[in-house]
Amino acid sequence: MKELLAVSASPHIRGKIDISLAMKMVIIALLPSFIFSVHLFGLRALYITLISIITCIVCEAIMQRMLGKKITITDGSAVLTGLLLAFNLPPGVPLWLPVVGSAFAIIFAKQLFGGLGYNFINPALAGRAFLMASWPLAMTKEWLAPAGGTLSGIDGITSATPLNLLQNPGNYGVPELIIKQLNNIPTIKNLFFGKIGGCIGETSALLLLIGGLFLIIIGIVDYRIVVGYLGSFVLLAFVLPTNGNLLFHLFSGGLFLGVFFMATDWVTSPVTKKGRWIFGIGCGVLTIIIRIWGGYPEGVSYSILLMNVFTPIIDRFTKERVFGDRKAKKEVKK
Amino acid sequence: MFRGFSGGVHPPENKLTEEFAIAVMPPPKKVYIHFSQHTGKPARSLVEKGDVVKIGERIGEGDGFISASVHASISGKIIAIESCPHPVLGTSLCCVIESTNGAKWKDTIKEKTDYEKKSKEELLQIIKESGIVGLGGAAFPTHVKLSPPSDKPIDTLIVNGCECEPMLTADHRLMLEHPAEIIEGAKIFRKILNAENLIFGIEDNKKDAAEILRKQSVNVKLLKTKYPQGAEKQLIKALLGREVPRGGLPMDVGCVVQNVGTCYAAFQAVKYRKPLIERVVTVTGTAVKKPKNLLIRIGCPVIDVVNFCGGYIRQPKQIIFGGPMMGIAQYSENVPTIKGTSGIMVCKDTVIPEEGPCVRCASCVDVCPMGLMATEIYKFVDNKNFSKAKEYGVLDCIECGCCAYSCPSRIPLVHYLKFGKSEIWRLSKK
Repeated sequence: MKELLAVSASPHIRGKIDISLAMKMVIIALLPSFIFSVHLFGLRALYITLISIITCIVCEAIMQRMLGKKITITDGSAVLTGLLLAFNLPPGVPLWLPVVGSAFAIIFAKQLFGGLGYNFINPALAGRAFLMASWPLAMTKEWLAPAGGTLSGIDGITSATPLNLLQNPGNYGVPELIIKQLNNIPTIKNLFFGKIGGCIGETSALLLLIGGLFLIIIGIVDYRIVVGYLGSFVLLAFVLPTNGNLLFHLFSGGLFLGVFFMATDWVTSPVTKKGRWIFGIGCGVLTIIIRIWGGYPEGVSYSILLMNVFTPIIDRFTKERVFGDRKAKKEVKK
Repeated sequence: MFRGFSGGVHPPENKLTEEFAIAVMPPPKKVYIHFSQHTGKPARSLVEKGDVVKIGERIGEGDGFISASVHASISGKIIAIESCPHPVLGTSLCCVIESTNGAKWKDTIKEKTDYEKKSKEELLQIIKESGIVGLGGAAFPTHVKLSPPSDKPIDTLIVNGCECEPMLTADHRLMLEHPAEIIEGAKIFRKILNAENLIFGIEDNKKDAAEILRKQSVNVKLLKTKYPQGAEKQLIKALLGREVPRGGLPMDVGCVVQNVGTCYAAFQAVKYRKPLIERVVTVTGTAVKKPKNLLIRIGCPVIDVVNFCGGYIRQPKQIIFGGPMMGIAQYSENVPTIKGTSGIMVCKDTVIPEEGPCVRCASCVDVCPMGLMATEIYKFVDNKNFSKAKEYGVLDCIECGCCAYSCPSRIPLVHYLKFGKSEIWRLSKK
């Protein structure tokens, strides 16, 4: 015998999905929304997104080099962070803003905590929260009207996004009238198809829904978080007093972006099945609370960030039931 | 009624040899009969170097309760009793027999015996003497499984025809070609156990086998194909909805599970007094010329088997005993088959991916049929925190490989968990 055979641990076959493929699939699921946003907001959306992605890749490479780690910028995780951060920025922000946000996301939220798999909060959302706290005006005022529509989704009102309008209708005209307009079918339609102002990637609920469902079907996104989040959100929006109707709340703001692409982030959500239900429901409850009583009209990103922080403790208290634990089930005879 | 079990995966089946009838491989020139081919204590040697043995002659006697006898699978002269490569243990004590002219069977091997009139005790004794062990892979001595303590009555005997491992087709072919013998073997087991029910569990990718068995009017349950359905605890759950308690055995819920190959071997033993000297093995993989289902004498070196199958297409990188999910990679092509060898995979490539960081995707948690959190346990093991690993149930792991199969970071989770188990056992012995 010329050479010894290779010895390795079982199993000797592996499933199709690896890290890099999963990241690519998420990016593919986000592409329709991205292309649509360039159509809506013009090349500026493209520039901001590219700047954001490139900054993420560069920061990741520099940090990994400095920390003496293997450089893994080809796995797609930095690209995804950049893409998601850009999706959370208003299209009119100055071009240095995504640079700062991306650098914060990768350097502070991700690499300093140990890199992929060790960050305890979603880096893209951390970047966004950092920008919100540091440059609140840029983050809440630099909106652009979409191609062929208005910022608010209502004819004649060009200075506020729908959720802003809903929170302070008195600032823009007769409150009752505005709320009525926000809840009528043309506005809801604009919200659903994305002919509306907002952050780069959050406008079209339809495209995000398609991308999200695609990820659930191919098994990359867990349905429990999605169902828990949307279920609790819908239930509370239905029960609690809010100016908008159910569909308005469902399709406005970054809800679908958050539900399908941010809350379901592998690293920062619980690993237990029960834990993922709790996580999703917690996100839904917090989003509604922030939207109704909070200082921000939105609420998706902060509720997810808050639940990220709770993830370790949720995991600890929701251990899986081991097969055969407790008394074996009573004999069942056919 | 189908109840199923939770978790599991469905890897590509790649059952290349499904259509190939079982071929008989002529006895090799030399066999290596290991004294340890089963779960439990190795057999005690009954022979010495230079002895001449006949086919079926006992060369090792079961030592203690959980042990099994081993028999000569060819006739010839014992040229050595020494340490040799072993497919599971690395190296182990082994009896090397070199064939002399002509096959001589031991006298007690008979045309047939009138076994129907034999008592349970007699049947059990024959099975024990014949060295029958579980042929599904774990090679647990069958006579032990058939002797539950009197406070554990058995109501159901389950015959395991799942063969859920990808690529393996030995059990499938056996069911197609020898259904009557399997059923007779199962009925012998049922008689010994005094079990009321007899159920065959077969996956729905082997409908033809299920059909053939049904024609012989036995109770066959078709199960949705999912790995690891053939694991005892999962099969019991899927068929009866009963959950074997943690740390318990199937007999704790009134069941005994026997593989179809074991039933066939037991029938041969009882009917012809033929001990376990050969078994059906699936020879498959990307580097072997003619994949086959082969009836092989136990102790035959792999290289002889491969040569009988037309040799290598190209030099293999890896040879695996068993299936792709739970099989054991061999370091040498001189390793002999043992009783538990259900498949030989000869692969031109290896799948040894680089391990990445855990991204907490939880797919290992979702696919674990035992409800374990491999992601947490592997981190405890990595940090040598074995008490915590134990608390999280590492000892319940059945090593089916679903977690590592589905891990996107390609972490060899089974390897970590196996290491954790062995360390816990080692530390508890101290």
